[in-house]
Amino acid sequence: MVENQRWLDILAHITLILGVVVVAFPVYIAFIASTHHPVEFMSGMMPLLPGDNMVNTYTEVLSGGVRAQMTVPLTLMLTNSLIMALSIAIGKIVISILSAFAIVYFRFPFRMTAFWMIFITLMLPVEVRIVPTFKVVADLGLLNSYAGLSIPLIASATATFLFRQVFLTIPDELMEAARIDGAGPMKFFRDILLPLSRTNIAALFVILFIYGWNQYLWPILVTTDADFYTIVAGIKRMADVVDSEPLWNFIMATAVLAMLPPVLVVIFMQRLFVKGLVETEK
Amino acid sequence: MQTKRTIFRSRGLPYLLLAPQLAITIIFFLWPAGQAVWQSFLREDAFGLKTSFVGLANYTRLFHSPDYLNAMQVTLVFAVSTAALAMILSLLLAVAVDRLIRASRWYTTLLVWPYAVAPAVAGILWWFIFNPTIGIMPYVLASVGISWNHLLDKGDAMLLVIVAAAWKQVSYNFLFFVAGLQSIPASLREAAAIDGAGPVKRFFTITLPLLSPTTFFLLVVNVVYTLFDTFPVIDATTEGGPAQATNTLVYKVYMDGFVGLDLGSSAAQSVVLMAIVISLTVVQFRFVERRVTY
Amino acid sequence: MAAITIENLGKTYTGGVSAVRGIDIDIRDGEFVVLVGPSGCGKSTLLRMIAGLEEITEGEVRIGERVVNRLEPAERDIAMVFQNYALYPHMSVRQNLSYGLKNRGTPKAEIARRVDEAARILEIGAYLDRKPRALSGGQRQRVAMGRAIVREPAAFLFDEPLSNLDAKLRVSMRGEIRALQKRLGTTSVYVTHDQLEAMTLADRLVVLRDGEVEQIGAPLEVYRRPVSTFVAEFIGSPAMNMLDGEVAGGTLRVGGASLPVGVAPGKVKVGMRAEDMRLAGLGETAIPARLAYVEELGAQRLGHFEVEGQRLIAAFPAEQALSDEIALTVDPSALHVFGADGRRID
Repeated sequence: MVENQRWLDILAHITLILGVVVVAFPVYIAFIASTHHPVEFMSGMMPLLPGDNMVNTYTEVLSGGVRAQMTVPLTLMLTNSLIMALSIAIGKIVISILSAFAIVYFRFPFRMTAFWMIFITLMLPVEVRIVPTFKVVADLGLLNSYAGLSIPLIASATATFLFRQVFLTIPDELMEAARIDGAGPMKFFRDILLPLSRTNIAALFVILFIYGWNQYLWPILVTTDADFYTIVAGIKRMADVVDSEPLWNFIMATAVLAMLPPVLVVIFMQRLFVKGLVETEK
Repeated sequence: MQTKRTIFRSRGLPYLLLAPQLAITIIFFLWPAGQAVWQSFLREDAFGLKTSFVGLANYTRLFHSPDYLNAMQVTLVFAVSTAALAMILSLLLAVAVDRLIRASRWYTTLLVWPYAVAPAVAGILWWFIFNPTIGIMPYVLASVGISWNHLLDKGDAMLLVIVAAAWKQVSYNFLFFVAGLQSIPASLREAAAIDGAGPVKRFFTITLPLLSPTTFFLLVVNVVYTLFDTFPVIDATTEGGPAQATNTLVYKVYMDGFVGLDLGSSAAQSVVLMAIVISLTVVQFRFVERRVTY
Repeated sequence: MAAITIENLGKTYTGGVSAVRGIDIDIRDGEFVVLVGPSGCGKSTLLRMIAGLEEITEGEVRIGERVVNRLEPAERDIAMVFQNYALYPHMSVRQNLSYGLKNRGTPKAEIARRVDEAARILEIGAYLDRKPRALSGGQRQRVAMGRAIVREPAAFLFDEPLSNLDAKLRVSMRGEIRALQKRLGTTSVYVTHDQLEAMTLADRLVVLRDGEVEQIGAPLEVYRRPVSTFVAEFIGSPAMNMLDGEVAGGTLRVGGASLPVGVAPGKVKVGMRAEDMRLAGLGETAIPARLAYVEELGAQRLGHFEVEGQRLIAAFPAEQALSDEIALTVDPSALHVFGADGRRID
């Protein structure tokens, strides 16, 4: 650093500690709320220290013992979220890596057309075509199914561009050497390209898993059957109670459980996560 | 467009490889988008029995509707405020982390995880904190004489969605600002220090101008984020209320299409949104191109 | 092992740009042929057409008795060594060497035998289990050679394999490649832009210029009788001196000197190798020259002179004293005379 000014370092630490506190505050409150009995919220003041009802709250939400607020246990919702997140992440990776391979390593009629068709998907987020997309999925009979939850979300220009970029940086000679060594296109793809893209795939997987897990609007639209509820979309349904004050401890326990898997992924795979984030924005 | 110097010779294989991606793109992207465009020129009668071609009537109606113009204004205020709040906070944190070498890893870990929190969950968390009956913030605010009720007060509602949306975006901006700061050569700041510029002056005359590509990039990304990815935040907190105070363009498409069942208008709104995304994408790509030639 | 026959070979890209055309070369079985020329002369394209990496648009290539125009690279029974080595970064050295054999369905025991044999010849046995990134440039180069050897192909194709190495290593690897090729007796085609590398390695040189063959011949043949000013100036270091001259009545006038020659009258270009120049004795036809500066090479010293406004280099023994104004001469038999079109006419 340019100069060694102690007060600047201290200021930096104070700023960061404040930042960490602000960032963590809502989650702390949610966790505290989940450890109390429902009655404690009636007093009008949210408690700030942990209560003694934690085990009870979490056992009840996970097993689905909370009557009136939940129709299915959280374990089922968590499973649904996991299936959706994995299908979206894996699905996106598979179809994008294949199409990037086709675009980079082959020359064929309509190659540019294909490229532009994929490019256009960048400009069509689900939010802007909600109604007609819903209609297509309904017509295909995919409502209330895992296929309906995941397939419409797996086309991705970003992932295709990322793999295209990765492939373009792999030296041409590697493919030529492989051809001389008697490897056909699919053999080259499996033996050379896939192993060389391993860390890119892992980084992308982290980002896409989070993306898939956090889907909200789409699951709300295509699932009406409680058996297919995902946890992120399920919280809102729990909070929307008409006749009584929401059971805060259960809602907050659900919120904590809903954010736990992706947050753990980010914390434990921080390096891959940062790589994925930076690469997908290129 | 770029390919490899040598390529594989195969007639059918590339099409086979592209088939899954293209099939999904056509069925779930292009076809619905085409439908939206087509629908935007049609109107159904009150009973849903007859559909007639009405030309640009849906658009004229849209741009004369006070509700839609309100939604535009709301979206603008929401997007600009969220982007500004999220970017200023994250820049502050990034500058602080950039100063500290040893502790930076820990702080980074502690600051980036909110990226993984679903917007819907972020909404629920802040909704709980600001809950007028039991939330902690209204309690604290009341003690300094401010009364808070986002269920009734339009300003409070807007603030709530801004805070919730910005909270989630800080970690993303933080990471990119840190990367941007690290790519500024230390020698430049050292040269400025030798020229007698103090830390504050250095920040505003050297660091900030050199960071402008990152800042501009993040501005576009943040605006796109608030436009399209904050639907869950609004749905989980204010549901567009009170009195349409937080009814953004995207939320309105959903409400008019699924709750109001006004398909013609919803489709026209979709088309307007597509136009917005396309222009933002063009801006973004123009910028990326420029960054390459830097 | 096989001969390679190239007949009227040409490559025209879609869009009409022609990279090489009308190439005829007969490469004998076991011969080491070097394709040499400045960058953009088409030498790499020609090699890649033999390899099957570049499509052939005119003419044909035969390896042995087979026309290979339509065959995939893997079916041509060739092996190639690339400039950047093109080792598979995620595979160990052993896997790199075995990959091609495995793809051909060679039995495991046979693969192991050939890999061990190649490792022994190239002395890379100690790092068979390492990844390429853990190797030095020279070691990578050996592995790349090994990958070619294990295949026991009909021909080796080398695409500037030494240009990523430092100068010292380049000289020693050059020797090794030559020795290895003699020992295995495998037909080899080698591409380089470095004329010294070409001279030292080749049984026969093919000098290429703008996509066409300029001259084919043994290195010394090309050195001693270049067919054009292009070859004359490209082969040999320092480059051959080239002075403007004029022939009239069986006498060549060049640089202020008159020499008897047997060529038709007209304007000519006169080539003289630096080592053929010497100080003129009394009574000898002399070219008056002004010394510009001297380069000391240790064994030799190179004098850079000015002759009638043109540059001229002459090599002298290390101990030779040089004054500022000097008279140079050259034996008429060491002159290379080229016509106005650059073709040799003497």
